[in-house]
Amino acid sequence: MNSPAFAFTPRARDTQAGRRWRPSTRPIATTGAYLGLACALLAVGLPTWWIIVGALKTTNEIYLVPSTWTPRDPQWRNFLAAWHAAPFFAMFVNSLAVTVAGTVAKLANAIFCAYAFAFIPIPGRNVAFFFVLGALMIPEEVTILPNYLTVAALGYVNTVPGLVLPTIGSAFATFFLRQAFLSLPREVIDAAKVDGAGHLATLWHVVLPLARPVLATLVLLTAVARWNDFLWPLVATSRATTRTLPVGVYFLYSQEGTAQWGVVLAGTIIVIVPILALFLVVQRHLVEGIASGAVKG
Amino acid sequence: MTSARDARQAIVPELDARHRHLAAFVLFVAPNFLALALFSYWPLVRNVYLSFTYWDMIAPSPVWIGASNWIDVFTSKPFWRISGNTLTFTVVSVGVTMALALAAALLLNQKLLGRDLVRAVLFAPAILPGSAVALVWTFLLAPNYGFVSQLAAPLGLPSIRWLTDPAWAMPAVLLVVIWRRVGYDAVIFIAGLQGISKELYEAARVDGANAWQRFRHVTLPGLAPVSFFLLVTAILASFQSFDVIRVMTSGGPVIATTTLIYQVYQEAFVAFNAGRAAVYATILFLLMLSLTAIQVRLVERRVTYE
Repeated sequence: MNSPAFAFTPRARDTQAGRRWRPSTRPIATTGAYLGLACALLAVGLPTWWIIVGALKTTNEIYLVPSTWTPRDPQWRNFLAAWHAAPFFAMFVNSLAVTVAGTVAKLANAIFCAYAFAFIPIPGRNVAFFFVLGALMIPEEVTILPNYLTVAALGYVNTVPGLVLPTIGSAFATFFLRQAFLSLPREVIDAAKVDGAGHLATLWHVVLPLARPVLATLVLLTAVARWNDFLWPLVATSRATTRTLPVGVYFLYSQEGTAQWGVVLAGTIIVIVPILALFLVVQRHLVEGIASGAVKG
Repeated sequence: MTSARDARQAIVPELDARHRHLAAFVLFVAPNFLALALFSYWPLVRNVYLSFTYWDMIAPSPVWIGASNWIDVFTSKPFWRISGNTLTFTVVSVGVTMALALAAALLLNQKLLGRDLVRAVLFAPAILPGSAVALVWTFLLAPNYGFVSQLAAPLGLPSIRWLTDPAWAMPAVLLVVIWRRVGYDAVIFIAGLQGISKELYEAARVDGANAWQRFRHVTLPGLAPVSFFLLVTAILASFQSFDVIRVMTSGGPVIATTTLIYQVYQEAFVAFNAGRAAVYATILFLLMLSLTAIQVRLVERRVTYE
């Protein structure tokens, strides 16, 4: 909550000692910095290139040593083969459904809950908030077996509701949103109250529009987490057509194995590209949102 | 008398408002509280119960066997190996990731051409599905024909069978986990760096502090809050790392890369031993809980009073 960690203001100490500051040897520093940038770029870029090239190679060319850095005869058919080796369309639809439903349900829970904790004054509110904080410490992974038993008892294995249901409770987003709500200008919310606006109206017309940047970040973070989720969809599905993309591509690998690397890599690229495209669009906002969230706490 | 009636009249609307507040509050928090109770808290309780039973999840109901599962687990060799693996995995992945991320952040915080591009490129792996990243790296780490082997060959380094050699499987998994997370941590460090007041650096300069002294006495303390945030989230994330291990090694070879979370999955959904899985899940939870508590305590002291 108001952790002292975030209230800390840095102080410079022990700075009397030492000599006068003089400019460092800039050219060397600059060269070093650009070398660093190049290294970082290569650390991601080279593997990426290798994967793209690998997806376009025949099995024979993949096993060739020393390896080729460009495909001799690009095998675009690898992508077609991958598309047919696993029910990609069904998996895409499953992923989309799980992501949309999961994100909407979780954030709706978070928004209402955070609003109540920020703006509805009742006695014992801060004690009740420990129920949310406590849940922050219960990761999905610890709950996997009992939740499987619950979902199985409901008959929801291999269904979208089964994939979504255990993930809709919100601890992190509630915590995060409550912080954001509390930092909104108090006068605006009080003015809405004086004007006789009920809680729903205040939430919808005042609080949510003001909190839009934070909300956008949370939507992105939640959606990415749902889309990428692996453990729960792995456990809660047992048929190829009910799987999500991250799980499906893993099964493509376990079926095709290392004998069909080109096809497996093509399938992996099919899984990666949509989320990468989304990332390119929202990159700046996402990065800044995460950063400001971490700094403000 | 009159004053008492006045007082009551004043209190009644207030009580009314209080009830309305209470009703609204309950209505607003109920869905979330219900979901958290059912899918977060109740599983903890159920894990504890299951940990005292034997159940293959096929028989109609669990059989109470007392503390047998707990005794079995604590006296078994694998448990200690798995705990050791988890410790190694967490310490190395969190430590190395944060160190690299800090270096990247210091670099990307300077006015350099193309730094936004590099930041985005470094960050991208963090938002990709872990299973896809792990698949890609399984290919990159393949012996002989793999990317890493091909880079190492000209340097005269031997080709390592990364994923099937018990000594190299853990480093391989760590490499991937670190590669995937550095950019994320770096972005947060950058934000922390930008939050440090420029005046502090100026003041330090006026006082004659050199670059190292400014780093040590302005940058590092200034980054303390952000580092705390990162440490907590990174440790929690490392305990939850499942997808990369599942795809790359399935916890193997033998149990060389089996961590606590992997063992929960293994016992529950491969060995179908609900009792044992519940023991491991409970241990994992208690561990995370105590670590968080210790961490909060430590960091509170350091950050507040330093």
